[in-house]
Amino acid sequence: MTALPPPSKTKLGLVIDLDTCVGCQACATSCKEWNTGGYSAPLSDIDPYGADPHGAWLNRVHSFEVGAGDTSRTLHFPRSCLHCETPACVTVCPTGASYKRAEDGIVLVDPDLCIGCKLCSWACAYGAREYDYADGIMKKCTLCVDRIYNEHIPEEDRIPACVRACPTGARHFGDLGDPRSDVSKLVADRGGVDLLPDMGFKPVNKYLPPRAKRDATNSIPSAATEAVASTGAALEKLFAFADKMFTR
Amino acid sequence: MHPAYSVIFFTTLSGAGYGLLICLATLYSLGAIPPAPLLGLLSLGSAFALISIGLLASTLHLGRPSRAWRAFSQWRTSWLSREGVLSIASFIPAGFLAIGWIWLGTYSTIFVCMAVATVGLSLATVYCTGMIYQSLPTIRAWHQPLVTPIYVVLAIATGSLLALFILRTFFIEIPPLSILTIAALLLGAALKRTYWRIVANAPRTFTAGQAIGLASIGDVRPLDPPHGQANFVMREMGFVVGRKHAEKLRGLILGAGFLAPAVLLAVALVTIPIVATFLTGLAIVSCAIGIFTERWLFFAEAQHVVTLYYGAKSA
Repeated sequence: MTALPPPSKTKLGLVIDLDTCVGCQACATSCKEWNTGGYSAPLSDIDPYGADPHGAWLNRVHSFEVGAGDTSRTLHFPRSCLHCETPACVTVCPTGASYKRAEDGIVLVDPDLCIGCKLCSWACAYGAREYDYADGIMKKCTLCVDRIYNEHIPEEDRIPACVRACPTGARHFGDLGDPRSDVSKLVADRGGVDLLPDMGFKPVNKYLPPRAKRDATNSIPSAATEAVASTGAALEKLFAFADKMFTR
Repeated sequence: MHPAYSVIFFTTLSGAGYGLLICLATLYSLGAIPPAPLLGLLSLGSAFALISIGLLASTLHLGRPSRAWRAFSQWRTSWLSREGVLSIASFIPAGFLAIGWIWLGTYSTIFVCMAVATVGLSLATVYCTGMIYQSLPTIRAWHQPLVTPIYVVLAIATGSLLALFILRTFFIEIPPLSILTIAALLLGAALKRTYWRIVANAPRTFTAGQAIGLASIGDVRPLDPPHGQANFVMREMGFVVGRKHAEKLRGLILGAGFLAPAVLLAVALVTIPIVATFLTGLAIVSCAIGIFTERWLFFAEAQHVVTLYYGAKSA
């Protein structure tokens, strides 16, 4: 059913820290590795060794330059499904393949129902859905639904592959519907934001803005660049005398 | 947006087919057309053929055409599903109309009711086609209130042009139909012009800063792309070629699609029947070129909001 379920209490999602993301692509490759063998299998690559290699990935890491002057910076920006609360990609689906889970809010594509009409990708503002040209159906982030509830893997691995792989701890997974959860507290502390909020899709995933950059012109403590004052010892007086003589 | 030929052919051909069906059923229900079997076979047959070719073309757009039937299930939320349901539903009264007209060769209340239902369901189908596009807030040029009316008017204009041609090959002259077709073509031209002006002036409210959640951070410039070759998102939604020639193509659309056919039909009104038929045929060729271009440009010109992640400043 493409009609949206009533808002769930549990809203599983990601919190991505743009301050600490270094753009290493570990989340993207880890995502591809897990999902090409998991729920979304296969994530086909087209012409992988040819002139125009491309394929379905569920997570993409952009690098931007933002701002200008002394406060400009490089920003690495991982982009994947935001598991919106009111996702248009679900309601436009003609077959019921796209759906939002009532129990935890995860947005999924049922690979047995999808006809590959691509309308959901038009409806998504975030480019989160990628059509698999070989499989003929739409692929998207599953929030690793086949890991997070999987009792056959060690407990520390029951988080999305991208979160598990991130070497800088820039990705956090949890219940954003629970204000007492670690991710909710993180969002509150760091002023987490929605992407394109005016689109009205109410993304569950949040992004933490980079911390304010130090101004290079006044951020170095002045004491660090000043000469150490003389202690007044006899030997220093001798050196001062020598300095005076040689300067003459 | 990538202008997929399957979708261009689907929307134009089935649009013309439904327009033709609307015209024929209206003429039948008004008793303005003789229920002659051969005329019914050729005219209704043309409409069914155009709609069917269009629907088949649309399945070529699908990754899994064999599952197309599943698209009839989600009419509660999806305009695409509604379009699918109505496109098939309109065949039911249209089929009865065909029985009454072609097989029985009669004109009676029950078949007039079927004709009226055919008109209603055909209009609703084309309305749904327009709403598939108009309902997407992610594409500024499509999320405009004129999109659906244009789909409906163009379907009626192209359909009545075809009806006019078929009737003239049978040497049946219905002057009001000629006038209405000319009016529909001119209305189409006026609506397209207004639409282009509205789209050009519609504010681009989404910025690259909003796309990465940092509207106040200042200018956002792409540094490293997330993939070496274009991915699906860029192939499907990053199409920009059309914008380069948009002005010239708009001229072609207005001239070939609307004005030339309108002039040809006006001249046909005052010529002998055989010349009128020839001019109407010419008008169809000209109109087809214009309408295919119109539909191509409708896709090619439209900018998707996801381009903000790929260097667009606003969308």
